[in-house]
Amino acid sequence: MKSAVLGKDLLGLERLSPDQIRLVLDTAEPFKEVSERPIKKVPALRGKTIVNLFFEASTRTRISFEFAEKRLSADTVNVAATGSSVQKGETLVDTAKNLEAMRIDMVVIRHPSSGVAEFLGNRIRSNVINAGDGQHEHPTQGLLDLLTIRDKHGRIEGLKVCLVGDVLHSRVARSNIWGLLKLGAEVGVCGPDTLMPRGIEELGVCRFRRIEEAVEWADVLNVLRLQLERMEKGFIPSLREYYRVFGVTVERLERAPRRLTIMHPGPMNRGVEIDSRVADGSHSVILDQVTNGVAVRMAVLYLLAGGRPELAAAAKRASPPGPLSTSWRGGTTGAPE
Amino acid sequence: MTRPIVLRGGRVIDPSRDFDQTADVLIQDGRIAAVGVGLGAPDEAEVRDVRGGVVAPGLVDIHVHLREPGNEDVETIASGTRAAAAGGFTAVCAMPNTDPVTDNQAAVGFIVRQATLAGLTRVYPIGAISVGQKGEQLSEFGEMVGAGAVAVSDDGKPVVSSHLMRTALEYARTFDIPVADHCEEPTLASGGVMHEGLVAARLGLKGIPAAAEEIMVERDILLAQLTGAHVHLCHVSTRGSVDLIRRAKEQGIRVTAEVTPHHLALTDGACEGYDTHAKMNPPLREAADVAALRAALKEGVIDCVASDHAPHAYDAKEAAFDDAPFGIIGLETAFAVAYTELVESGLFTLPELIARMSTAPAKLLALAGGTLGPAAPADVVVLDVTARWKVDPTLFFSKSRNTPFAGRTLAGRAALTVVGGKVVHEAKARGAPAPAPSP
Ligand SMILES: [Zn+2]
Ligand SMILES: [Zn+2]
Repeated sequence: MKSAVLGKDLLGLERLSPDQIRLVLDTAEPFKEVSERPIKKVPALRGKTIVNLFFEASTRTRISFEFAEKRLSADTVNVAATGSSVQKGETLVDTAKNLEAMRIDMVVIRHPSSGVAEFLGNRIRSNVINAGDGQHEHPTQGLLDLLTIRDKHGRIEGLKVCLVGDVLHSRVARSNIWGLLKLGAEVGVCGPDTLMPRGIEELGVCRFRRIEEAVEWADVLNVLRLQLERMEKGFIPSLREYYRVFGVTVERLERAPRRLTIMHPGPMNRGVEIDSRVADGSHSVILDQVTNGVAVRMAVLYLLAGGRPELAAAAKRASPPGPLSTSWRGGTTGAPE
Repeated sequence: MTRPIVLRGGRVIDPSRDFDQTADVLIQDGRIAAVGVGLGAPDEAEVRDVRGGVVAPGLVDIHVHLREPGNEDVETIASGTRAAAAGGFTAVCAMPNTDPVTDNQAAVGFIVRQATLAGLTRVYPIGAISVGQKGEQLSEFGEMVGAGAVAVSDDGKPVVSSHLMRTALEYARTFDIPVADHCEEPTLASGGVMHEGLVAARLGLKGIPAAAEEIMVERDILLAQLTGAHVHLCHVSTRGSVDLIRRAKEQGIRVTAEVTPHHLALTDGACEGYDTHAKMNPPLREAADVAALRAALKEGVIDCVASDHAPHAYDAKEAAFDDAPFGIIGLETAFAVAYTELVESGLFTLPELIARMSTAPAKLLALAGGTLGPAAPADVVVLDVTARWKVDPTLFFSKSRNTPFAGRTLAGRAALTVVGGKVVHEAKARGAPAPAPSP
């Protein structure tokens, strides 16, 4: 099913328009409130079935999606790659055909190979949401990062946001770059050349090779996770040196000309890419990112299922109680509370 | 003996003799008997009116994978040569990465026999450089040449050991055959699935840098210089390689090179949308590379076009980009892609293209064909360069369908293919009106 505002699938931020991105962020606002209620459930997706198809372990993304789905009253099934037919050699095409045959409404897919979400989306009628494909994109992470920045700074346009670390292997980095550029931020990338894709500057980002320069330039640092196997594969000589040269530390932040916002998509390697005192300190919005993750994913699910964005717009205009919940009460049988 | 054939009134292009004029071609006893205006036809001759068509020496493809023995479900020597005939080819060279590997005289002899049984285009086997293509021990070049091999190659894989490459070149020189190398430095290319560049950065796919090819091109050139032997570089794909080859040729080093139609036609942009039909090795490169390859082919820095026809099962490409196999088929689209991209665009004249697809590759490996000279074997193609057709892989004679050109409208195709005086392919008139019922 194709939704009016987001199309059929959410594959990446590269192909969303600035208006579509703003719409998701605006729609997420009223959903934040749902998670603050004593009964954290609205019936928006009642009767919809969603499969969370995870070919790669990811506790936090899967849980965040699952909460979002459950809080929208969807029926969900989790399929983890371990022990499933997928690892017994069933091809992607077979998986797609089987999902289709079960008449599910949406698939949330995480896969270690780039492009698999699009592959699936092209082959089934259900909505497909990319929960991270290889080193390509992780659009809901990008959206929740945007929402968190907007919450903190009141805007995105004109802000300077620097992605620090392993941009080469990071789907989070790609989604952030597209989303930030589309909403008018200036984007920087900082890290050793071994961890930067060739040609990255051509996307319109500033390149920093020294963390000190990035700290001086930026309003926001989004610190990427350094996969520990990068050292084994020879991209960096040692974790120790990485921390010494690129680690985001209190000492470095103290030299910043303005108060920086520190983000991290998690899970963190404390003492590798980020100093614990930074992660837990007052600059950090890392837990806000996690909270916003659920709201953003609710917004994406809601919009892809054909939910009307006007509700969100109305919610932003009015003072509480939000018309969003009013509309739901009016528009569905069986009130959520 | 087959009947003599007279091809009447076509534009006859024979790059081997700089011949380009309207003429008749008489084929008799499997050979070119005469080329001239107003030729008389022997009584029993079959006279074909080919006015409006182009009569040329049959196309020669020195790099194809016919998959037999070992992978007969995706291609056989019979199906592959049928596809070749449909593409206007009268001779193809079969790469040895079969299963088992074509690394001995019996295996070479098997390919020759299967080709004879199929009775379509000529097939010249290429033997493996190393036993099992393992990159360790030289295979028996002498016996393989005795059985019909025309070159050696470990294609599919690079020759990693420079020492092995050196000894292969030296040993091949004894038998006057080239060593054909798939240039890829494996530690740089490792894990890569497409060209390393902006598209790969955006798609989040691991790239293969141009340097992975160029390092091996330069190594092979240095070894050819050292040994005085003939090295042939398969499917050159980068502008850097072109520069290295140009310089080597200027120094008189015995290096030749080929380029595929897809590297002349497509860029890494074809990988957008994770289209696995654009996944090949070497990968599709950038626009500047395509431009350099076209110019090098015109100049002769690159000697010829070769398809690197690589059949895969119909569902093998239905996979994640990372997991799909490398390679596409090309025999049935090679001429049309090259004609559309090079001649229709005004870059090449038609004789120049025919030289690069027939005369030059035949000469490179000292094969029969590539000429309509007196008493040459009657390996002839009639090309319809006015035909425009839409590529529909379901109509291919190849057993495989893996082409990035599906749905593209191309110009030019083989109307008639003749090998040794025998018609091996005749195009059905596409879209021709049904003959009117007789009154
Ligand atoms: Zn090759
Ligand atoms: Zn090949």
